[in-house]
Amino acid sequence: MSATGTYAPAPGGAPLSRMVRAQAALETRTQLRNGEQLLLTVVIPTLLLVLFSAVDIVDTGAGSRVDFLAPGILALAVLSTAFTGQAISTGFERRYGVLKRLGSSPLPRWGLMTAKTCSVLVIEVLQVALLTVVALALGWSPHGNPATVALLLLLGTATFSGLGLLMAGTLKAEATLAAANLVFILLLVGGGVIVPLDKFPGAAQSVLHLLPISALSDGLRDVLQHGAGFPWGDLGILAVWSVLGLTAAARFFKWE
Amino acid sequence: MDGLDLTVARGTVTAFLGPNGAGKTTTIETCEGYRRADAGTVRVLGLDPVAQSAELRPRIGVMLQSGGIYPTARVGETLRHMATLHAHPLDVPALIERLGLGGCGRTPYRRLSGGQQQRLALALALVGRPELVFLDEPTAGLDPQARHATWDLVRDLRADGVTVLLTTHHMDEAEELSDDVAIVDGGKVIAQGAPEVLCKGGAENTLRFGGRPGLDLKSLLKALPSDTLAVELSPGSYRLTGTVNPQLLATVTSWCAQNGVMPDRISVERRTLEDVFLELTGKELRS
Repeated sequence: MSATGTYAPAPGGAPLSRMVRAQAALETRTQLRNGEQLLLTVVIPTLLLVLFSAVDIVDTGAGSRVDFLAPGILALAVLSTAFTGQAISTGFERRYGVLKRLGSSPLPRWGLMTAKTCSVLVIEVLQVALLTVVALALGWSPHGNPATVALLLLLGTATFSGLGLLMAGTLKAEATLAAANLVFILLLVGGGVIVPLDKFPGAAQSVLHLLPISALSDGLRDVLQHGAGFPWGDLGILAVWSVLGLTAAARFFKWE
Repeated sequence: MDGLDLTVARGTVTAFLGPNGAGKTTTIETCEGYRRADAGTVRVLGLDPVAQSAELRPRIGVMLQSGGIYPTARVGETLRHMATLHAHPLDVPALIERLGLGGCGRTPYRRLSGGQQQRLALALALVGRPELVFLDEPTAGLDPQARHATWDLVRDLRADGVTVLLTTHHMDEAEELSDDVAIVDGGKVIAQGAPEVLCKGGAENTLRFGGRPGLDLKSLLKALPSDTLAVELSPGSYRLTGTVNPQLLATVTSWCAQNGVMPDRISVERRTLEDVFLELTGKELRS
């Protein structure tokens, strides 16, 4: 035993921007390496887009099927990454004590949450790029203002992140895994993603319209399919959901 | 916790001993800022661990009892990432080698052996070059080689001026490593001091010898300090308890010489930390 100086204290945190960037990069790599997550975020949306565009299974109304489906599938991509994927990974990070371990590192909690958001956005950009290329190949002709589309996607991301983190931070990891997948399927069917909401009975429709996934897919469809300027109603519904979700997550999230 | 009172000096190794459920982890986690003290004052490096957490966290290294590492995270990646979160981290490849994890760089956490997982968790606590390290049962489940390697590392930390606070169930570990031992039970520190002092303190050591049956112990005790006790445990087998030191031993042997007794099987027994621990915390099993 002699002083080598190897472990001589030299404490200090890295600059915040470097910490957040490193954390976001790690989270993104972890997600992209995870087969189950890729199935959810890449394979399922792409398959649904190709399958339902190519085969006349659901009556999507006037116009080409891909013009109806592409906006819905973009909404589904946001749901899969911001909600289901994030809820499951965060739930297990909580269960394995990863969040706790990071809680005593120099990275502040809000820095961790910022990194998670960045990682979700990076994955969404990749999803949107892939799905856009596939949809264009299937004959998609999008309309409208890309900035409005980006705003809808961002509000959708905020909403689903809030709800996903609320679930991950309050339920057990196994319960989150089951519930996040169940919600994914229910919203896929009942949220205007591939089945137009007007196929449902009137009473159900008015409720289903208030779901965040319906607002997102409907808003995207208004702009991308019909060239609408600003889907106020859908943006309003998403804004309310995002405030509710993020507030509840901030209030009830348990780190251990 | 109930009125736990403890001060740890900088640059020392302090071991926290206590039965399961005594409050060791609770105490450590309060110092790390994970739990808020319901009452009383906690200062770590002069800082409030909860209110001044942002200032404290970069200066401490934490090894949790449950690793806190994602099962699919790889060894090198995990350590490099923790290094990136710090301003002046240790050299990661050298640390990996030092902990015997060379060759596991790309292995996911879940495929490491229990001992390797422990060592990775230890490395994570050190990589940021902290001035204070919390190690919650750093050698639980390690084989003897890995245990000694961890001990060597803790000694190096101390030599380089790092303050170490560790919990352990191994008395030999506490005796071997620490400058100071705190025995915790029922949320209180029931004994604290250097291991040698704790072993000496309060109770006496033992000298045993054999000789002819029926020796006149009263005459022997007259020659010895007044706090010494002597009994003939069984015919010809004697036990002295008291302050056993070279003077006492010399007095006993010269008394034997004067009385024509050939003492055989003389043995001196020092109390171990384990004796002290069991005396203080009792022998019942804890949950």
